Amino acid sequence: MTSYFGRVMHIGLKDLKVEIRSKERLYSMMVFSILVMVIFNFAFDPGAEYIREVAPGILWVALVFSATLGLNKTFASEKEQDCLQGLMLSPLDRSGIYFGKVLSNTFFSLIVAMLTLPFFAVFFNISLLQVFMPLTLVIVLATIGFIAVGTLFAAISVGVKRGEMILPILLFPIEVPVIIAAVKATSMILDGRMMVDYSMWLKILILFDIIFLMVSFVTFDYLVEE
Amino acid sequence: MRKLITNIIGALSLILFVIAIYMAFVYAPLEVTMGPVQKIFYFHVAFAWTSFIAFFVTFAASCVYLVTRTRFWDTVAASSVELGVAFACIILTTGPIWARPVWGAYWTWDPRLVTTLILLFIYSAYLMLRGAIDEETKRGRYSAVLGIIGFLDVPIVYFSVNWWSRTIHPDVIKPEGAALHPHMLQSLYVALFAVTLFYFFMLFRRIRLEELRDEVRELRKSILKES
Repeated sequence: MTSYFGRVMHIGLKDLKVEIRSKERLYSMMVFSILVMVIFNFAFDPGAEYIREVAPGILWVALVFSATLGLNKTFASEKEQDCLQGLMLSPLDRSGIYFGKVLSNTFFSLIVAMLTLPFFAVFFNISLLQVFMPLTLVIVLATIGFIAVGTLFAAISVGVKRGEMILPILLFPIEVPVIIAAVKATSMILDGRMMVDYSMWLKILILFDIIFLMVSFVTFDYLVEE
Repeated sequence: MRKLITNIIGALSLILFVIAIYMAFVYAPLEVTMGPVQKIFYFHVAFAWTSFIAFFVTFAASCVYLVTRTRFWDTVAASSVELGVAFACIILTTGPIWARPVWGAYWTWDPRLVTTLILLFIYSAYLMLRGAIDEETKRGRYSAVLGIIGFLDVPIVYFSVNWWSRTIHPDVIKPEGAALHPHMLQSLYVALFAVTLFYFFMLFRRIRLEELRDEVRELRKSILKES
C-alpha cells in the first residue's frame, strides 16, 4: 500500500476507523436528515397531491444539510492534538490528504443518503424500488460534487474565526448547479421519465465533479501549508 | 506618476459620464413601447459589463497571487471584488426598476437574474471570509482560492439555471449585430466607456488606500517599538 492511491485509501480508512470507534458523525448526520424531512412535513399538507412535486426538493435539502454538518467535522477533528500537523508530516503529497478526506466524506454522506431514502419513501408515500438504480446514480454524482468543493472549503473554514458559520455561506452559492441538477433529475426519475430526459442534468453533475475535483487538487496545497 | 494617471482616468470618466447622461436622455430616441423607463438600460448594461470585468480581474489577480505571493496582487483581487459587489448591487436595483413596468414584476427567476444574484452571494462570502482572517498571508491564500473557484463556477451556474427556466431577459447585443437604433448604440458605448474608466479609477484609488493603510501600520509599529 505504498502507491499514491494506497496512501489515499489509508487516510480514508483512518477516518472510517475513527468514526467506527467514536460514532460522533454518522449518528448526528442521520438524525438531522430525518428531522429535516419531518419538519418539512409540518409545512405541507401530508397526503396532498402536490407533495410529489416538492418531495425531491425536501430530500435534497435534508441530504445537503446533513452533509454540511459532517463537513464541519472533517478537519475540525484533526485540529485536536495537532493531528493535521501529523498528517502533513506523513510521506504523502498534500493532495493525497484532500482525496483521502473526499473519500471518507463521500462515504459517510452516501451512507446517510442510503439510510435516509427508506424514511423518505415512507414519509412521502413514494415507491422507490423501481427507480432505485437511477436514483442512486444521481445521489452518487451529486454527493461527489458537493463533497469535492465542501472538503476544500472545510479546510478553509477550520483555519478561520467563526468557521462553522462561514462554511455554509461559502459552500451553498457555489453548489447551486449541483443542487438544481440533483433536484431536477430526482423529480424526473420519480415521475418515471426515461434517462434521455434527464441525461443533461447528469452531464452537468459529471462536468461539475470533474472540474472541481481537478481545481481542488491544484489549489488544496495552498490551503494547508504552514 | 501613478497618481497623475489615476486622476486623468477619473477626470475622463467624469466627463464621459456627463456626456453619457446627456446622450441617454437627449440624443438617443425614446423607445416606442417602453417609454422613458428604457433610459436605465444604458447604465444597467454598462455596470453589468463592468462587474464582470471586475470579477475577471479578481480571478486573474488571484492566480497571479498564488504563483508570485506578492501582497500587491492580493490587494488587487480584494479591491476588485469590493467594486464588483457594489456594481452587482447596482445591476440588481436598476434591473427591477426597469422590470416592474415592462415585465410587470420586480423579479423573475430568469437565468441572468439568478446568476447575478448567486454571483453577489459568492463574492459577499469572499468579503466575509477576508473579514474573518487576521493573518495576512493566510488571508491572501484562502481568498485567492475562493476567487478562482467562484469565477469558474459562474458559467456552470448560468448553464444550469438556463436549463432550469426559460429566459425572458432581452438579448439586445447579438452576435450578428445589435438590434438597436444607431443613436442608442452610440449612447450605450459611451456609457460603457464611462463606467469602465470609473471602475479602473476606483480600483487604483482602492489599491492606494490599502498601501497607505499598510504604511500607517508599519509606522505605528516602529513608533511603538521606540517608546
